[in-house]
Amino acid sequence: MPTFVYMTRCDGCGHCVDICPSDIMHIDKTYRRAYNIEPNMCWECYSCVKACPQNAIDARGYADFAPLGHSVRVLREEKKGMISWKIKFRNGHEKNFVSPIRTTPWGSIKGPAEYDAPRPEDFAKQELAHEPEALKIKGGLPALRRDQLKQGVV
Amino acid sequence: MMLTSNPFAELSASIAPAVIQTYVVIMIVLVAAGTLFDIVHKGSARYFLDNWRKSKSKGAKEIGGGELVSVAIKTGLVDVLASGEFCNARRRVAHLLTMYGFVIYVITTAIMVFAYPTPATPTPAILPQLWWLGGLMVCLGGYWFWFFIRVDVAAEGNSPLRLMRADLFILSLLASVTLGLIWAFLQSRGGSGASVVFGLYIIATTVLFGSVPWSKFAHMFFKPAAAFEKRISYSNGSRSNLPGPADKPEVFGSARGQPRHY
Repeated sequence: MPTFVYMTRCDGCGHCVDICPSDIMHIDKTYRRAYNIEPNMCWECYSCVKACPQNAIDARGYADFAPLGHSVRVLREEKKGMISWKIKFRNGHEKNFVSPIRTTPWGSIKGPAEYDAPRPEDFAKQELAHEPEALKIKGGLPALRRDQLKQGVV
Repeated sequence: MMLTSNPFAELSASIAPAVIQTYVVIMIVLVAAGTLFDIVHKGSARYFLDNWRKSKSKGAKEIGGGELVSVAIKTGLVDVLASGEFCNARRRVAHLLTMYGFVIYVITTAIMVFAYPTPATPTPAILPQLWWLGGLMVCLGGYWFWFFIRVDVAAEGNSPLRLMRADLFILSLLASVTLGLIWAFLQSRGGSGASVVFGLYIIATTVLFGSVPWSKFAHMFFKPAAAFEKRISYSNGSRSNLPGPADKPEVFGSARGQPRHY
């Protein structure tokens, strides 16, 4: 279900432009509002729908799922960590879904720039920078010792 | 001296006050006519009325007259006077600076042109001071927005100097105000070039007020209407068709039926 923008609700803040992994959310050249330039290339990740602070972006359902005259509306509540979907079918049928966005509080995940730069010796290691910390494994990643390997291989 | 003298009174030495006054009246007429044309051409009034009717029929409850007034007051105070719609604090501050700067600048211009057109009627010092303050506020908010806050520029790898139709309003506003301030400065110094800058100032101002049907100028009329409609949809329960808050969804879990296949 590709996304589209209600131009009257959009205030042109650019969150969807920043977040779109397909780079198809652009700012309109006449009114400076966001729009989906190429719905065919939409990955349907709904990042923009979830990111929009004005609830200005909706998904357009496919005909087999919700034929013409339907609506798919999304409400994201960061503080509650919940996302709600309301799907209205053209026969008046309505379905509501509520699901957690994630298990940790909003804003609690550190961005890559907030970590220290890796030390030169870290580049020689197998782990990615800060990986053991992120996985919460004491003493680093578990690995086979030399004597545990099949004899004669190494 | 520069900040306390009325630039339009000084101008009366070379241009008759009646000409400037007629020009201001023409600009007011252009804005009014442009806005009306815009509303008819884009069908925005009809769109809002249709939406209003739809929201009313979908609403869970009727809104009384008292509540309607309170919603209108809230819209006026929060969305119009405090630019409450913006989710980005920097954009909100820039908008407040530009909006109030423009209001102060336009009102003081009109008062100075109509009430104190010549040096024969001395202008109170506060008016030119407010005119300068308003103009500088527009420049601060406007240039900040155009160079640093505008979306779809750096992220898209576009040049910050790329122009498009959406820039018509902000750029003609900035050109008009900036040239106005430069003209007042040059004129008070008695420097040469004041008349050239004045000519450019008039061109930029004409573009600003004459381009209403093509620019974003009309947003000062339709944005409050949109904000009002949005608030109404929340108070009548239709919530712009959005799902309810996650703690009390209308259907949740228990309403799931068994699959009806064999």
